Amino acid sequence: MASDTSKRSSYFLITPMALIFAVFLVIPLLTIVVVSFWDYDEYRILPDFIFENYNYLLGSSVTWSIYLNTLKYAALTWVFTLLIGFTVAYFLAFHVRSLTWQIVLFMVCTIPFWTSNIIRMISWIPFLGRNGLLNSALINLGIVDQPLEFLLFSDFAVVLADVHLYALFMVVPIFNSMMRIDRSLIEAARDAGASGFETLKSVIVPLSKPGIAIGSIFVITVVMGDFITVRLMSGGQSASVGLQISNEIGLLQYPAAAASAVVLLITVLLIVTALLRLVDIRKEL
Amino acid sequence: MTIEKKISKKTIATETGVSRRGFVKGAAAVTGAAIGSGAITGFPTIWAQNIKDVTLRQFGTGVSNINAVADKVKEDLGFTLQMTALDSDAVAQRAVTQPNSFDIADIEYWICKKVFPAGTMQPMDTTKLKNYEYISKLFIDGKLTPDSEIAQGTAPHTVGFVEGADSVEFASAPTQWMTLIPTIYNADTLGIRPDLIDREINSWADLLDPAFKGKASILNIPSIGIMDAAMVCEAMGEVTYGDKGNMTQEEIDKTIAVMIDAKKAGQFRAFWKSFDESVNLMASGEVVIQSMWSPAVAAVRSKGIACKYQPLKEGYRAWGGGIGLAKHLSGLELEAAYEYIDWYLSGWVGAYLNRQGYYSAAPATAKKFMSEDEWGFWMEGKAAEGDILSPDGKVMEKAGAVRDGGSYEERMGSVACWNSVMDENKHMVRKWNEFIAA
Repeated sequence: MASDTSKRSSYFLITPMALIFAVFLVIPLLTIVVVSFWDYDEYRILPDFIFENYNYLLGSSVTWSIYLNTLKYAALTWVFTLLIGFTVAYFLAFHVRSLTWQIVLFMVCTIPFWTSNIIRMISWIPFLGRNGLLNSALINLGIVDQPLEFLLFSDFAVVLADVHLYALFMVVPIFNSMMRIDRSLIEAARDAGASGFETLKSVIVPLSKPGIAIGSIFVITVVMGDFITVRLMSGGQSASVGLQISNEIGLLQYPAAAASAVVLLITVLLIVTALLRLVDIRKEL
Repeated sequence: MTIEKKISKKTIATETGVSRRGFVKGAAAVTGAAIGSGAITGFPTIWAQNIKDVTLRQFGTGVSNINAVADKVKEDLGFTLQMTALDSDAVAQRAVTQPNSFDIADIEYWICKKVFPAGTMQPMDTTKLKNYEYISKLFIDGKLTPDSEIAQGTAPHTVGFVEGADSVEFASAPTQWMTLIPTIYNADTLGIRPDLIDREINSWADLLDPAFKGKASILNIPSIGIMDAAMVCEAMGEVTYGDKGNMTQEEIDKTIAVMIDAKKAGQFRAFWKSFDESVNLMASGEVVIQSMWSPAVAAVRSKGIACKYQPLKEGYRAWGGGIGLAKHLSGLELEAAYEYIDWYLSGWVGAYLNRQGYYSAAPATAKKFMSEDEWGFWMEGKAAEGDILSPDGKVMEKAGAVRDGGSYEERMGSVACWNSVMDENKHMVRKWNEFIAA
């Protein structure tokens, strides 16, 4: 009898969360899956059950090159944000001794993120352009005599903007992990004769892994789904999966967009699962 | 004389108040009390009061969603017009998927071909429009002058009429039921930076000239971009087309293959999707030759940077838009919408659009609202005698300037192709995506 009541009350307690998940996650997701099997023409979507959307998507060489391109952006952005994020977090956690300064410097890191990320992205364009600030400066200093064209509307520009936009997503969780590392472990390592690099390799990196994993999940999922950075920074000359979906939606090809979205979702879930296999982030939570 | 009579706002209000809206079904539906008091105080006043409460929601592409028009509507007609500007894809999407979110759709003819069959709009009874007769023949039978040739693509007259009031079938000849009342149109060509190009540009093929490697751009809206690409391929002699506005799969494949080769060779600096992107690419010198829209050229010039809207020997790619009624409109709102559409054709807006470098659908009425010098510059290709001002009073062209491409007849008379949507649209979009991803 008592267990019945407690059972009922726990069902009652999880109801709000379950409802929210159902309405905002499960139902929309199911809708997307259902629509991905529908047919469409120029201005209508037609309820149906066809595999044409997936057939075309998975059979087209364009899809493969787009995925390759998107994975390339994700991988490059991941490497650079990880290096920058780890370094910044390490500096904040271990070199800055006073808590006040740690907080102050941490806030400094976040200040750029108070502005719109579109603005932060677009401001690179006049800076990197053919007649932009950087090229003018390089030419005036005599370092180059022709403007460097690769700076803007290129893969370089896309990755640069991505790194700039998402580095903080790496800094925060890694910093958080590092602050939890017991300082006596580092002293112990030093007492045992470990060099600075050995301490880093065998103590700090392993103990920061949950933070690294969380940061990586943030960065990779965001970059995999991104479309606006790719469009603006590549000057529309490169494609990403997100951009493909956005184009399809724009052209009213909802079923095709839904199929792309399902495939993207599966891809990202696979990546995240792989990351979670490597690192047990529950330790962090 | 007749026109002047028609455009006098008082005349419109009384005339329409008495004849057309004799019993104003809408007003009756909205409020029974209005009829009661209407019987006592006389009809026009009541109508005028009711119509003040009407708000019409118009959405469309930025080009014709002009706040000045909404203000003038309030002033001349008394009701409120709310404008929402969206890009062409979003416009098409919303017209189909959210039919109750708008009262008046301001869409392009090629979008109309996609949207009208979805049944979310209603055709207009042309007999209710006093200014119908002034609409340019281009929109009625496709011929600017009796002996002009009909251009390829979705020429406006082919989707301008339907068979009947409830029909979604486009009629092959003019009927009483018009899908869109034309509002704004133009002939597009390539924009160039004459200060950065030291030779003459006279063909669409010049876009892919290796001399402009890394300095060219094309617009990345598939249905329009493919047309520019086709103009280029045809001019280069690489592809021959039956109808550039309705290509076969093979023609599409060949066109895209040419464009992919050019892209891989580094011909393009960027692709643009919005008006401001095209302005920035040109003004910053990233690009010296690209597909462009007329007001974008004006925007570059207004920064003091040389920019020319270069006429090309193969002709222009034209586009046109119009306003149409949402299916759900009825009663007083429908009457107000008709009132608005008739007013749109009566000249004030036409003059406004002409001054922006577009063309008015009813040139004869617009002329009354323009000075002789303005008319000469914009419509007749004559050198400006004084400074030419934009509608908001900024100097657009100095005295002595001549419009790129010349007169209305020269420009609209050499249209090679209209913006369109093809039967092979799905295939085209996929190939276009290959081009972008290549």
